[in-house]
Amino acid sequence: MSTTIPTSGRNGSRPLENADLSHWKANLGDPSQKSQGLFSAAFIQETLAMTRRLFIQLQRRPSTLIAGIIQPLIWLVLFGALFQNVPAGLFGESRNYGQFLGAGIIVFTAFGGALNAGLPVMFDREFGFLNRFLVAPLASRYSIVVASAIFIAALSLVQTAAILALSAVLGAGFPNLPGLVLVLGIVMTLVLGVTALSLGLTFALPGHIELIAVIFVTNLPLLFSSTALVPLDFMPQWLQVVASLNPLTYAIEPIRYVYLHSDWTLGSVVLQAPFAGVTLGASLGVLIVFCGVALALIQPLLRRRMA
Amino acid sequence: MAAAVTIENLRKSYGSVIAVQDVSLTIQPGEIFGLLGPNGAGKTTTIRCLCTLSVPDSGRIELMGIPVLEQPQVARRYLGYIAQEVALDKVLTGRELLELQAAIYHMPKQVALGRIEQMLSLLDLQDWADQKTGAYSGGLKKRLDLALGLLHQPDVLVLDEPTVGLDIETRSAVWSFLRQLKAAGTTVLITSHYLEEVDALADRVAIIDQGRVIAAGTPSDLKDKIGGDRITLRIREFTPDDEAAKAKAMLADLPFVQDVIVNPAQGNSLNLVVERQADALAAVQRSLAEAGLPVFGISQSRPSLDDVYLAATGRTLMDAELAAVGQRDLKQEKKQAMKGR
Ligand SMILES: Nc1ncnc2c1ncn2[C@@H]1O[C@H](COP(=O)(O)OP(=O)(O)OP(=O)(O)O)[C@@H](O)[C@H]1O
Ligand SMILES: [Mg+2]
Repeated sequence: MSTTIPTSGRNGSRPLENADLSHWKANLGDPSQKSQGLFSAAFIQETLAMTRRLFIQLQRRPSTLIAGIIQPLIWLVLFGALFQNVPAGLFGESRNYGQFLGAGIIVFTAFGGALNAGLPVMFDREFGFLNRFLVAPLASRYSIVVASAIFIAALSLVQTAAILALSAVLGAGFPNLPGLVLVLGIVMTLVLGVTALSLGLTFALPGHIELIAVIFVTNLPLLFSSTALVPLDFMPQWLQVVASLNPLTYAIEPIRYVYLHSDWTLGSVVLQAPFAGVTLGASLGVLIVFCGVALALIQPLLRRRMA
Repeated sequence: MAAAVTIENLRKSYGSVIAVQDVSLTIQPGEIFGLLGPNGAGKTTTIRCLCTLSVPDSGRIELMGIPVLEQPQVARRYLGYIAQEVALDKVLTGRELLELQAAIYHMPKQVALGRIEQMLSLLDLQDWADQKTGAYSGGLKKRLDLALGLLHQPDVLVLDEPTVGLDIETRSAVWSFLRQLKAAGTTVLITSHYLEEVDALADRVAIIDQGRVIAAGTPSDLKDKIGGDRITLRIREFTPDDEAAKAKAMLADLPFVQDVIVNPAQGNSLNLVVERQADALAAVQRSLAEAGLPVFGISQSRPSLDDVYLAATGRTLMDAELAAVGQRDLKQEKKQAMKGR
């Protein structure tokens, strides 16, 4: 392989210029006008390109996907077996622990995936690759967040499908079709919010060591302080309060409810929190607010290097 | 014509370290501008501020008439940035990375396709375009990096130490490529601590030291300004100390000789600073012959940029580099650089 850089390209005397490109650049319009922004065509273009990169990486390194599917299934089987002999009735209306656990594993798996979303971006940052995005005229740096969220959401959907299927095999049954749509909606909302927080941390923390430390101290405590593994009335009072403040609970309880009740409505009470009964609609509201707050919180971090 | 880049009184500190104290410079459209300085002089920091990666403490930056600090978003369209270290995604192919680059600059698909082919052929990357970049050699990576930085046809291309760590062949290829870019009308800003690189490439240069511009102008103006020529003389291949001292005393008395330095690292060669005059070399040889001293080798040269640096700071670039090595906490810097503040 020669290392010379050829002195003339194919199109004649000015090999470095491209007529189409020059033409396009000349017609970009007044650059000071803010024609770009969230949900502009430019935003969609850059987001899709970043998402594509993540999927290419996954395709060429599928081990994350395989591990990501196997792990929750192991959880389901192991935890299900651990508590198999608990007398019926202790887990609310669920027929058995396996049925109770499915919702918890779905949410915890999606949550874990989203919480880790910042890691590859942190490595990009440490490696210098992220600078390519930061010096480019991105319509909005939220494209970095949205690309990660789309990727994680897609992974979570596959994982959720696997968990739903195995739960059904283990005798937990299946939510009805509107119930399934609700499950997917909940998973996506949670993923978007948590991915945003994870990327916020990525921009705020000094390096991947610190990010991993934060992920480490958040992940399991949030699991154990939610209703993923045991129902609220199983917990001591203080933990009930904590669990009622944990956003994971608001993702888990509606899913658990639609598993058991094909006649669910937004008004159905899904959680008996210490302060009040929480309806399904209110749970969704909490999740959406959580997601919106997370996205708003990270805005200054995304902007930081821009000003 | 309006300047392509104007930087005025730039100042940037990291905690208590003042990385850039006061840098002002103007780059004309279509020129290659060199930023020369020893390690830690503040070259990268200056460039990071220009490229919207860092926010300076104070100062003003304008690029193609756009106030960079106020409108970074707009400035980015006109800017190409090639970092000191090549950062590629090793799982993706060269073509996939170029496609990603085209998308983040919002090129329409058709335009992007043509441009990508053009850059691949221009940088002789076609054979490798569909290989993962993890399999690329160092020179290939650098070429892809150039292709990525140039894909959107930036008006101003900024390269931080473009040839550091490259083999000689690739380095000269990069040089000739930058000359072509200039010929095509692109404004180029490079940093370097290689004197020859800046001397060979740059139309104009600013020498910075400890966060300040200590000299600026065309390389030949700078060299003319410090005046005088340099004569390097070796009496023997390895001249004994006493003979060197004797020659030094004798030559220093010549009316046109301004300074004589004995360089023990070069077998006691003598370095003379002389007024520029046609017969200086002959006159030196004549007086050596009169004193009965032989001449192993003698040459006359114009002052180099290193002499410019020496005149301004009292030390050579090499000395400054060596001194800088001991002072820096590289780990800490790397962390900080990532934070980009
Ligand atoms: N992120 C940082 N945190 C703390 N100090 C820094 C940081 N970046 C640079 N510095 C300090 O600022 C000064 C200028 O650094 P800079 O990287 O701009 O130099 P440079 O001219 O690019 O050097 P080199 O030739 O080694 O690349 C140095 O003294 C360096 O120690
Ligand atoms: Mg540098």
